[in-house]
Amino acid sequence: MKIGILALQGDFELHSKALARLSVEVQLVRKPDQLTQCSGLIIPGGESTTFIRLLKAVSLYQAIRDFARERPVFGTCAGLIVLAKRVTNYPLETLGLIDISVERNAYGRQIDSFIDRVRIQLNGTSLETEGVFIRAPKIVELGPGVRPLGWHGEDVVMAEEGHILVATFHPELTEEAAIHRYFVEKARHSG
Amino acid sequence: MLQDKDYKLKVGLAEMLKGGVIMDVTNAEQAKIAEDAGAVAVMALERIPADIRAQGGVARMSDPKLIREIQEAVSIPVMAKCRIGHFAEAQVLEAIGVDFIDESEVLTPADEAHHIDKHKFKIPFVCGCRDIGEALRRIAEGAALLRTKGEAGTGNIVEAVRHMRAVQSEIRRITTLLDEELVAYAKQIGAPVELVRYVKENGRLPVPNFAAGGIATPADASLMMQLGAEAVFVGSGIFKSEDPPARAKAIVMATTHYMDFDLIARVSEGIKAPMKGIDIAQLKEEELLQTRGW
Repeated sequence: MKIGILALQGDFELHSKALARLSVEVQLVRKPDQLTQCSGLIIPGGESTTFIRLLKAVSLYQAIRDFARERPVFGTCAGLIVLAKRVTNYPLETLGLIDISVERNAYGRQIDSFIDRVRIQLNGTSLETEGVFIRAPKIVELGPGVRPLGWHGEDVVMAEEGHILVATFHPELTEEAAIHRYFVEKARHSG
Repeated sequence: MLQDKDYKLKVGLAEMLKGGVIMDVTNAEQAKIAEDAGAVAVMALERIPADIRAQGGVARMSDPKLIREIQEAVSIPVMAKCRIGHFAEAQVLEAIGVDFIDESEVLTPADEAHHIDKHKFKIPFVCGCRDIGEALRRIAEGAALLRTKGEAGTGNIVEAVRHMRAVQSEIRRITTLLDEELVAYAKQIGAPVELVRYVKENGRLPVPNFAAGGIATPADASLMMQLGAEAVFVGSGIFKSEDPPARAKAIVMATTHYMDFDLIARVSEGIKAPMKGIDIAQLKEEELLQTRGW
Protein backbone atom coordinates (compact mmCIF):
# COMPACT_ATOMS: atom_id res chain seq x y z
CA MET A 1 0.00 0.00 0.00
CA LYS A 2 1.16 3.49 -0.88
CA ILE A 3 0.04 6.80 0.60
CA GLY A 4 0.36 9.88 -1.58
CA ILE A 5 1.54 13.20 -0.18
CA LEU A 6 0.75 16.32 -2.14
CA ALA A 7 4.23 17.77 -2.75
CA LEU A 8 3.49 21.04 -4.53
CA GLN A 9 4.66 23.10 -1.57
CA GLY A 10 4.82 23.01 2.23
CA ASP A 11 5.98 20.52 4.87
CA PHE A 12 5.38 17.38 2.78
CA GLU A 13 8.77 15.96 3.82
CA LEU A 14 7.70 15.93 7.47
CA HIS A 15 4.58 13.91 6.59
CA SER A 16 6.82 11.64 4.57
CA LYS A 17 9.02 11.06 7.65
CA ALA A 18 5.96 10.43 9.83
CA LEU A 19 4.80 7.72 7.40
CA ALA A 20 8.32 6.27 7.15
CA ARG A 21 8.27 5.80 10.95
CA LEU A 22 5.16 3.64 10.39
CA SER A 23 6.93 1.76 7.56
CA VAL A 24 4.39 3.00 5.01
CA GLU A 25 5.47 3.55 1.42
CA VAL A 26 5.11 7.14 0.18
CA GLN A 27 4.39 8.60 -3.24
CA LEU A 28 5.04 12.32 -3.59
CA VAL A 29 2.28 13.75 -5.76
CA ARG A 30 2.95 16.62 -8.15
CA LYS A 31 0.86 15.41 -11.12
CA PRO A 32 -2.54 13.72 -11.49
CA ASP A 33 -1.15 10.38 -12.77
CA GLN A 34 0.84 9.97 -9.55
CA LEU A 35 -2.45 9.61 -7.66
CA THR A 36 -3.53 6.40 -9.36
CA GLN A 37 -1.52 3.98 -7.20
CA CYS A 38 -2.26 5.71 -3.90
CA SER A 39 -4.66 4.32 -1.30
CA GLY A 40 -4.89 7.69 0.43
CA LEU A 41 -3.63 11.25 0.08
CA ILE A 42 -2.20 13.73 2.60
CA ILE A 43 -2.42 17.46 1.92
CA PRO A 44 0.30 18.99 4.12
CA GLY A 45 0.78 22.35 5.82
CA GLY A 46 1.92 25.26 3.67
CA GLU A 47 0.13 28.21 2.09
CA SER A 48 -3.45 27.48 1.02
CA THR A 49 -3.54 30.27 -1.60
CA THR A 50 -0.40 28.80 -3.19
CA PHE A 51 -1.85 25.27 -3.07
CA ILE A 52 -5.06 26.23 -4.88
CA ARG A 53 -3.17 28.05 -7.62
CA LEU A 54 -0.76 25.16 -8.13
CA LEU A 55 -3.53 22.52 -8.00
CA LYS A 56 -5.36 24.25 -10.81
CA ALA A 57 -2.24 24.78 -12.90
CA VAL A 58 -1.55 21.03 -13.24
CA SER A 59 -5.15 19.71 -13.27
CA LEU A 60 -4.81 18.22 -9.78
CA TYR A 61 -7.81 20.20 -8.58
CA GLN A 62 -10.41 17.96 -10.20
CA ALA A 63 -8.21 14.86 -9.92
CA ILE A 64 -8.20 15.10 -6.11
CA ARG A 65 -11.97 15.65 -6.01
CA ASP A 66 -12.41 12.47 -8.03
CA PHE A 67 -9.86 10.61 -5.89
CA ALA A 68 -11.67 11.60 -2.68
CA ARG A 69 -14.90 9.92 -3.77
CA GLU A 70 -13.26 6.52 -3.33
CA ARG A 71 -10.26 7.01 -1.10
CA PRO A 72 -9.40 8.94 2.07
CA VAL A 73 -7.72 12.34 2.17
CA PHE A 74 -6.09 13.90 5.26
CA GLY A 75 -5.36 17.63 5.44
CA THR A 76 -3.33 19.45 8.12
CA CYS A 77 -3.54 23.24 8.59
CA ALA A 78 -3.42 24.61 5.01
CA GLY A 79 -4.48 21.13 3.87
CA LEU A 80 -7.60 21.46 6.03
CA ILE A 81 -8.39 24.83 4.42
CA VAL A 82 -8.00 23.35 0.93
CA LEU A 83 -10.45 20.52 1.83
CA ALA A 84 -13.06 22.71 3.57
CA LYS A 85 -16.42 23.66 2.01
CA ARG A 86 -16.29 27.27 3.18
CA VAL A 87 -13.61 29.82 4.13
CA THR A 88 -15.26 32.65 6.05
CA ASN A 89 -12.67 35.42 5.77
CA TYR A 90 -11.00 35.01 2.38
CA PRO A 91 -12.26 34.26 -1.15
CA LEU A 92 -10.70 30.88 -1.91
CA GLU A 93 -11.92 28.21 -4.35
CA THR A 94 -11.41 25.25 -2.04
CA LEU A 95 -12.01 21.60 -2.96
CA GLY A 96 -15.13 21.58 -0.76
CA LEU A 97 -14.79 17.96 0.35
CA ILE A 98 -15.70 18.32 4.03
CA ASP A 99 -18.71 20.21 5.35
CA ILE A 100 -16.95 22.70 7.63
CA SER A 101 -16.53 26.47 7.70
CA VAL A 102 -12.99 27.61 8.34
CA GLU A 103 -11.46 30.91 9.38
CA ARG A 104 -7.95 31.38 7.99
CA ASN A 105 -5.17 32.64 10.31
CA ALA A 106 -7.82 32.66 13.03
CA TYR A 107 -5.39 33.07 15.94
CA GLY A 108 -3.45 35.88 14.22
CA ARG A 109 0.04 36.17 12.77
CA GLN A 110 3.20 34.19 13.56
CA ILE A 111 3.61 35.98 16.92
CA ASP A 112 0.33 34.28 17.96
CA SER A 113 1.45 30.78 16.91
CA PHE A 114 1.60 28.38 19.87
CA ILE A 115 2.09 24.84 21.14
CA ASP A 116 -0.46 23.45 23.59
CA ARG A 117 -2.05 20.18 24.68
CA VAL A 118 -4.92 18.89 22.53
CA ARG A 119 -7.33 16.06 23.34
CA ILE A 120 -7.89 13.46 20.64
CA GLN A 121 -10.51 10.72 20.46
CA LEU A 122 -9.67 7.91 18.05
CA ASN A 123 -11.46 4.54 17.84
CA GLY A 124 -12.97 5.05 21.28
CA THR A 125 -9.68 5.84 23.04
CA SER A 126 -8.86 9.26 24.34
CA LEU A 127 -5.35 10.67 24.31
CA GLU A 128 -3.58 13.95 24.99
CA THR A 129 -0.95 15.13 22.57
CA GLU A 130 1.08 18.20 21.65
CA GLY A 131 -0.72 20.44 19.17
CA VAL A 132 1.51 22.72 17.11
CA PHE A 133 -0.55 25.65 15.80
CA ILE A 134 1.27 27.80 13.22
CA ARG A 135 -0.74 30.72 11.81
CA ALA A 136 -3.47 28.14 12.23
CA PRO A 137 -7.06 28.18 10.98
CA LYS A 138 -10.12 27.53 13.15
CA ILE A 139 -13.07 25.31 12.34
CA VAL A 140 -15.92 27.71 13.08
CA GLU A 141 -18.83 25.53 11.94
CA LEU A 142 -19.34 21.78 11.50
CA GLY A 143 -21.99 20.34 9.19
CA PRO A 144 -24.37 17.68 10.55
CA GLY A 145 -22.35 14.81 9.03
CA VAL A 146 -19.02 15.92 10.49
CA ARG A 147 -17.65 14.10 13.51
CA PRO A 148 -15.33 16.03 15.87
CA LEU A 149 -12.23 14.01 16.86
CA GLY A 150 -9.98 16.54 18.58
CA TRP A 151 -10.31 19.54 20.87
CA HIS A 152 -8.20 22.43 22.14
CA GLY A 153 -10.25 23.75 25.01
CA GLU A 154 -13.73 24.15 23.51
CA ASP A 155 -12.48 24.45 19.92
CA VAL A 156 -12.74 21.49 17.57
CA VAL A 157 -9.26 21.10 16.03
CA MET A 158 -9.66 17.72 14.33
CA ALA A 159 -12.67 16.28 12.51
CA GLU A 160 -13.81 13.68 10.01
CA GLU A 161 -16.58 13.25 7.47
CA GLY A 162 -16.60 9.99 5.53
CA HIS A 163 -13.26 9.68 3.74
CA ILE A 164 -12.02 13.10 4.75
CA LEU A 165 -9.91 13.75 7.87
CA VAL A 166 -8.69 17.21 8.87
CA ALA A 167 -6.63 18.85 11.64
CA THR A 168 -5.95 22.54 12.23
CA PHE A 169 -2.59 21.69 13.86
CA HIS A 170 0.51 19.80 12.69
CA PRO A 171 0.87 16.20 13.97
CA GLU A 172 3.74 15.88 11.47
CA LEU A 173 5.78 18.33 13.58
CA THR A 174 5.66 16.03 16.61
CA GLU A 175 6.63 12.42 17.30
CA GLU A 176 2.99 11.47 17.98
CA ALA A 177 2.19 8.64 15.56
CA ALA A 178 -1.44 7.92 16.56
CA ILE A 179 -3.04 10.34 14.09
CA HIS A 180 -1.00 9.21 11.09
CA ARG A 181 -1.61 5.60 12.11
CA TYR A 182 -5.37 6.28 12.23
CA PHE A 183 -5.25 7.71 8.69
CA VAL A 184 -3.13 4.85 7.36
CA GLU A 185 -5.71 2.38 8.71
CA LYS A 186 -8.48 4.38 7.05
CA ALA A 187 -6.59 4.13 3.75
CA ARG A 188 -5.91 0.42 4.22
CA HIS A 189 -9.63 -0.28 4.65
CA SER A 190 -10.78 1.90 1.78
CA GLY A 191 -9.93 -0.51 -0.92
CA MET B 1 17.97 24.93 22.04
CA LEU B 2 16.78 22.91 19.03
CA GLN B 3 14.12 21.20 21.20
CA ASP B 4 12.82 24.44 22.72
CA LYS B 5 9.10 25.07 22.05
CA ASP B 6 9.49 28.62 20.73
CA TYR B 7 12.28 27.48 18.44
CA LYS B 8 10.11 24.63 17.16
CA LEU B 9 7.38 27.13 16.22
CA LYS B 10 9.93 29.30 14.42
CA VAL B 11 11.44 26.46 12.39
CA GLY B 12 7.89 25.14 11.89
CA LEU B 13 6.92 28.26 9.93
CA ALA B 14 10.08 27.90 7.84
CA GLU B 15 9.02 24.30 7.08
CA MET B 16 5.64 25.56 5.79
CA LEU B 17 7.41 27.82 3.27
CA LYS B 18 9.35 24.97 1.66
CA GLY B 19 8.96 24.48 -2.07
CA GLY B 20 7.67 28.02 -2.37
CA VAL B 21 8.74 31.44 -3.60
CA ILE B 22 9.12 34.48 -1.36
CA MET B 23 8.95 37.71 -3.33
CA ASP B 24 10.28 41.20 -2.59
CA VAL B 25 7.52 43.80 -2.86
CA THR B 26 7.57 47.56 -2.30
CA ASN B 27 3.85 48.33 -2.07
CA ALA B 28 0.42 46.77 -1.52
CA GLU B 29 -0.26 46.44 -5.24
CA GLN B 30 2.91 44.41 -5.83
CA ALA B 31 2.10 42.31 -2.78
CA LYS B 32 -1.28 41.41 -4.33
CA ILE B 33 0.42 40.49 -7.60
CA ALA B 34 2.80 38.24 -5.68
CA GLU B 35 0.00 36.56 -3.72
CA ASP B 36 -2.09 36.02 -6.85
CA ALA B 37 0.93 34.49 -8.59
CA GLY B 38 1.23 31.91 -5.80
CA ALA B 39 3.98 33.37 -3.58
CA VAL B 40 4.17 31.69 -0.15
CA ALA B 41 5.24 34.96 1.50
CA VAL B 42 6.29 38.47 0.63
CA MET B 43 9.25 40.54 1.81
CA ALA B 44 8.07 44.10 2.43
CA LEU B 45 10.69 46.74 1.70
CA GLU B 46 10.95 50.33 0.50
CA ARG B 47 13.50 49.69 -2.21
CA ILE B 48 14.36 46.43 -3.89
CA PRO B 49 18.06 45.48 -3.77
CA ALA B 50 18.73 46.60 -7.38
CA ASP B 51 17.58 50.12 -6.47
CA ILE B 52 19.47 50.15 -3.16
CA ARG B 53 22.56 49.25 -5.17
CA ALA B 54 21.90 51.95 -7.78
CA GLN B 55 20.96 54.73 -5.36
CA GLY B 56 23.51 54.12 -2.62
CA GLY B 57 23.25 55.82 0.78
CA VAL B 58 22.37 54.11 4.05
CA ALA B 59 19.71 51.44 3.60
CA ARG B 60 17.51 50.97 6.70
CA MET B 61 14.42 49.15 7.92
CA SER B 62 11.30 50.10 5.93
CA ASP B 63 8.67 52.59 7.10
CA PRO B 64 6.27 50.69 9.42
CA LYS B 65 3.34 52.27 7.56
CA LEU B 66 4.43 50.58 4.33
CA ILE B 67 4.78 47.24 6.10
CA ARG B 68 1.31 47.57 7.66
CA GLU B 69 -0.24 48.41 4.28
CA ILE B 70 1.28 45.27 2.83
CA GLN B 71 0.10 43.21 5.83
CA GLU B 72 -3.42 44.45 5.21
CA ALA B 73 -3.26 43.74 1.48
CA VAL B 74 -2.34 40.04 1.67
CA SER B 75 -3.16 36.95 3.73
CA ILE B 76 0.20 35.18 3.27
CA PRO B 77 3.11 35.73 5.69
CA VAL B 78 4.83 39.12 5.51
CA MET B 79 8.57 39.36 6.14
CA ALA B 80 10.65 42.50 6.61
CA LYS B 81 14.36 43.30 6.78
CA CYS B 82 16.40 44.85 9.56
CA ARG B 83 20.06 45.84 9.47
CA ILE B 84 22.66 43.35 10.68
CA GLY B 85 23.07 43.85 14.44
CA HIS B 86 20.26 46.44 14.68
CA PHE B 87 18.20 44.73 17.35
CA ALA B 88 16.05 47.83 17.90
CA GLU B 89 14.83 47.68 14.29
CA ALA B 90 14.05 44.01 14.91
CA GLN B 91 12.11 44.94 18.08
CA VAL B 92 10.07 47.42 16.05
CA LEU B 93 9.37 44.80 13.37
CA GLU B 94 8.27 42.38 16.08
CA ALA B 95 5.92 45.06 17.48
CA ILE B 96 4.39 45.49 14.00
CA GLY B 97 3.83 41.73 13.96
CA VAL B 98 5.76 40.74 10.84
CA ASP B 99 5.87 36.94 10.45
CA PHE B 100 9.63 36.66 9.75
CA ILE B 101 12.57 39.05 10.13
CA ASP B 102 15.44 39.00 7.62
CA GLU B 103 18.63 40.24 9.29
CA SER B 104 19.95 41.26 5.94
CA GLU B 105 23.23 42.24 4.33
CA VAL B 106 21.18 44.11 1.72
CA LEU B 107 20.71 46.86 4.31
CA THR B 108 23.69 48.79 5.70
CA PRO B 109 25.08 46.93 8.74
CA ALA B 110 24.56 48.62 12.13
CA ASP B 111 27.13 46.57 14.05
CA GLU B 112 30.41 45.39 12.62
CA ALA B 113 31.10 42.84 15.37
CA HIS B 114 27.80 41.31 16.42
CA HIS B 115 24.69 39.94 14.79
CA ILE B 116 21.39 40.11 16.69
CA ASP B 117 20.77 37.64 19.54
CA LYS B 118 17.76 36.12 17.81
CA HIS B 119 16.83 33.85 20.72
CA LYS B 120 15.36 36.88 22.49
CA PHE B 121 12.60 37.23 19.90
CA LYS B 122 9.35 35.36 19.45
CA ILE B 123 9.40 36.11 15.71
CA PRO B 124 11.61 33.82 13.62
CA PHE B 125 14.67 35.18 11.78
CA VAL B 126 16.19 34.30 8.43
CA CYS B 127 19.87 35.09 7.81
CA GLY B 128 22.18 34.86 4.83
CA CYS B 129 25.24 32.61 4.67
CA ARG B 130 28.08 31.89 2.24
CA ASP B 131 29.54 28.81 3.89
CA ILE B 132 28.90 26.25 6.61
CA GLY B 133 30.64 28.24 9.36
CA GLU B 134 28.49 31.29 8.73
CA ALA B 135 25.39 29.07 8.53
CA LEU B 136 26.03 27.41 11.90
CA ARG B 137 26.98 30.70 13.59
CA ARG B 138 23.63 32.19 12.56
CA ILE B 139 21.80 29.11 13.86
CA ALA B 140 23.73 29.39 17.13
CA GLU B 141 22.41 32.97 17.40
CA GLY B 142 18.87 31.66 16.91
CA ALA B 143 18.15 31.92 13.17
CA ALA B 144 15.27 29.57 12.23
CA LEU B 145 15.94 29.71 8.50
CA LEU B 146 19.00 30.27 6.33
CA ARG B 147 19.38 31.48 2.77
CA THR B 148 22.35 31.88 0.50
CA LYS B 149 23.55 35.46 0.38
CA GLY B 150 24.25 35.33 -3.32
CA GLU B 151 24.77 38.85 -4.61
CA ALA B 152 21.48 40.69 -4.19
CA GLY B 153 20.19 43.09 -6.82
CA THR B 154 22.41 41.76 -9.62
CA GLY B 155 20.06 39.29 -11.33
CA ASN B 156 23.18 37.12 -11.53
CA ILE B 157 22.91 33.63 -10.06
CA VAL B 158 26.64 32.88 -9.87
CA GLU B 159 27.18 33.84 -6.22
CA ALA B 160 24.08 32.02 -4.97
CA VAL B 161 25.35 28.90 -6.75
CA ARG B 162 28.77 29.32 -5.14
CA HIS B 163 27.24 29.71 -1.66
CA MET B 164 24.80 26.81 -1.99
CA ARG B 165 27.50 24.49 -3.31
CA ALA B 166 29.86 25.53 -0.51
CA VAL B 167 27.31 24.73 2.21
CA GLN B 168 26.16 21.45 0.64
CA SER B 169 29.66 20.19 0.03
CA GLU B 170 30.73 20.92 3.63
CA ILE B 171 27.61 19.14 4.96
CA ARG B 172 28.69 16.06 3.00
CA ARG B 173 32.22 16.43 4.32
CA ILE B 174 31.07 16.71 7.95
CA THR B 175 29.19 13.41 7.68
CA THR B 176 32.55 11.69 6.98
CA LEU B 177 34.38 13.21 9.98
CA LEU B 178 35.32 11.02 12.92
CA ASP B 179 33.97 12.03 16.33
CA GLU B 180 37.44 13.07 17.50
CA GLU B 181 37.79 15.37 14.49
CA LEU B 182 34.67 17.40 15.26
CA VAL B 183 36.20 19.82 17.78
CA ALA B 184 39.12 20.77 15.55
CA TYR B 185 36.72 21.16 12.62
CA ALA B 186 34.37 23.33 14.68
CA LYS B 187 37.31 25.51 15.68
CA GLN B 188 38.43 25.83 12.09
CA ILE B 189 35.02 26.97 10.78
CA GLY B 190 34.24 29.04 13.89
CA ALA B 191 30.99 27.31 14.83
CA PRO B 192 29.71 25.48 17.94
CA VAL B 193 30.70 21.82 18.05
CA GLU B 194 27.14 20.73 19.05
CA LEU B 195 25.82 22.05 15.76
CA VAL B 196 28.64 20.41 13.80
CA ARG B 197 27.71 17.16 15.58
CA TYR B 198 24.04 17.65 14.60
CA VAL B 199 25.07 17.96 10.94
CA LYS B 200 27.26 14.83 11.19
CA GLU B 201 24.46 12.78 12.72
CA ASN B 202 21.64 14.04 10.49
CA GLY B 203 23.41 14.83 7.23
CA ARG B 204 21.67 18.18 7.05
CA LEU B 205 21.35 21.56 8.77
CA PRO B 206 18.93 21.77 11.72
CA VAL B 207 16.91 24.45 9.85
CA PRO B 208 15.81 24.79 6.21
CA ASN B 209 18.15 26.48 3.72
CA PHE B 210 16.68 28.56 0.89
CA ALA B 211 18.24 30.24 -2.14
CA ALA B 212 18.51 34.02 -2.50
CA GLY B 213 20.56 36.68 -4.22
CA GLY B 214 20.40 36.76 -8.03
CA ILE B 215 17.45 34.58 -9.05
CA ALA B 216 15.87 36.08 -12.18
CA THR B 217 14.41 33.25 -14.31
CA PRO B 218 12.39 30.04 -13.89
CA ALA B 219 15.52 28.07 -14.82
CA ASP B 220 17.47 29.90 -12.08
CA ALA B 221 14.88 28.68 -9.55
CA SER B 222 15.14 25.11 -10.86
CA LEU B 223 18.95 25.28 -10.71
CA MET B 224 18.95 26.34 -7.07
CA MET B 225 16.36 23.72 -6.07
CA GLN B 226 18.41 21.02 -7.78
CA LEU B 227 21.51 22.21 -5.92
CA GLY B 228 19.69 21.63 -2.62
CA ALA B 229 17.75 24.82 -1.91
CA GLU B 230 14.40 24.08 -0.24
CA ALA B 231 12.66 27.26 -1.47
CA VAL B 232 13.55 30.44 -3.30
CA PHE B 233 13.65 34.15 -2.48
CA VAL B 234 13.27 36.42 -5.50
CA GLY B 235 14.23 40.01 -4.84
CA SER B 236 14.69 42.32 -7.78
CA GLY B 237 14.12 39.52 -10.31
CA ILE B 238 10.36 39.93 -10.54
CA PHE B 239 9.55 43.61 -10.29
CA LYS B 240 12.62 44.66 -12.33
CA SER B 241 11.49 42.45 -15.21
CA GLU B 242 9.25 43.54 -18.09
CA ASP B 243 6.19 41.48 -17.11
CA PRO B 244 6.19 40.90 -13.32
CA PRO B 245 2.89 38.92 -12.99
CA ALA B 246 3.86 36.47 -15.76
CA ARG B 247 7.41 36.05 -14.45
CA ALA B 248 6.19 35.62 -10.87
CA LYS B 249 3.81 32.81 -11.90
CA ALA B 250 6.49 31.14 -14.03
CA ILE B 251 9.04 31.16 -11.18
CA VAL B 252 6.44 29.70 -8.77
CA MET B 253 5.73 26.85 -11.22
CA ALA B 254 9.43 26.22 -11.87
CA THR B 255 10.19 26.06 -8.13
CA THR B 256 7.48 23.46 -7.46
CA HIS B 257 8.19 21.40 -10.58
CA TYR B 258 11.94 21.96 -10.62
CA MET B 259 12.65 18.59 -12.24
CA ASP B 260 9.96 18.89 -14.94
CA PHE B 261 11.86 20.52 -17.76
CA ASP B 262 9.05 20.39 -20.33
CA LEU B 263 6.91 22.34 -17.91
CA ILE B 264 9.72 24.84 -17.17
CA ALA B 265 10.18 25.34 -20.92
CA ARG B 266 6.46 25.97 -21.30
CA VAL B 267 6.17 28.48 -18.44
CA SER B 268 9.33 30.29 -19.61
CA GLU B 269 7.79 31.04 -23.02
CA GLY B 270 6.85 34.62 -23.82
CA ILE B 271 7.29 36.10 -20.35
CA LYS B 272 9.25 39.04 -21.84
CA ALA B 273 12.69 40.14 -20.68
CA PRO B 274 14.17 39.40 -17.25
CA MET B 275 15.96 42.15 -15.33
CA LYS B 276 19.11 43.27 -17.14
CA GLY B 277 21.54 42.12 -14.47
CA ILE B 278 25.13 42.88 -13.56
CA ASP B 279 28.35 40.97 -14.15
CA ILE B 280 29.79 40.43 -10.64
CA ALA B 281 33.32 40.99 -12.00
CA GLN B 282 32.30 44.56 -12.84
CA LEU B 283 31.52 45.30 -9.18
CA LYS B 284 34.19 46.83 -6.97
CA GLU B 285 35.04 45.00 -3.74
CA GLU B 286 33.25 47.67 -1.67
CA GLU B 287 30.11 47.30 -3.79
CA LEU B 288 29.64 43.66 -2.80
CA LEU B 289 26.80 43.08 -0.31
CA GLN B 290 27.72 39.47 0.51
CA THR B 291 30.83 40.45 2.46
CA ARG B 292 28.66 42.23 5.07
CA GLY B 293 28.21 40.08 8.19
CA TRP B 294 30.59 37.39 9.41
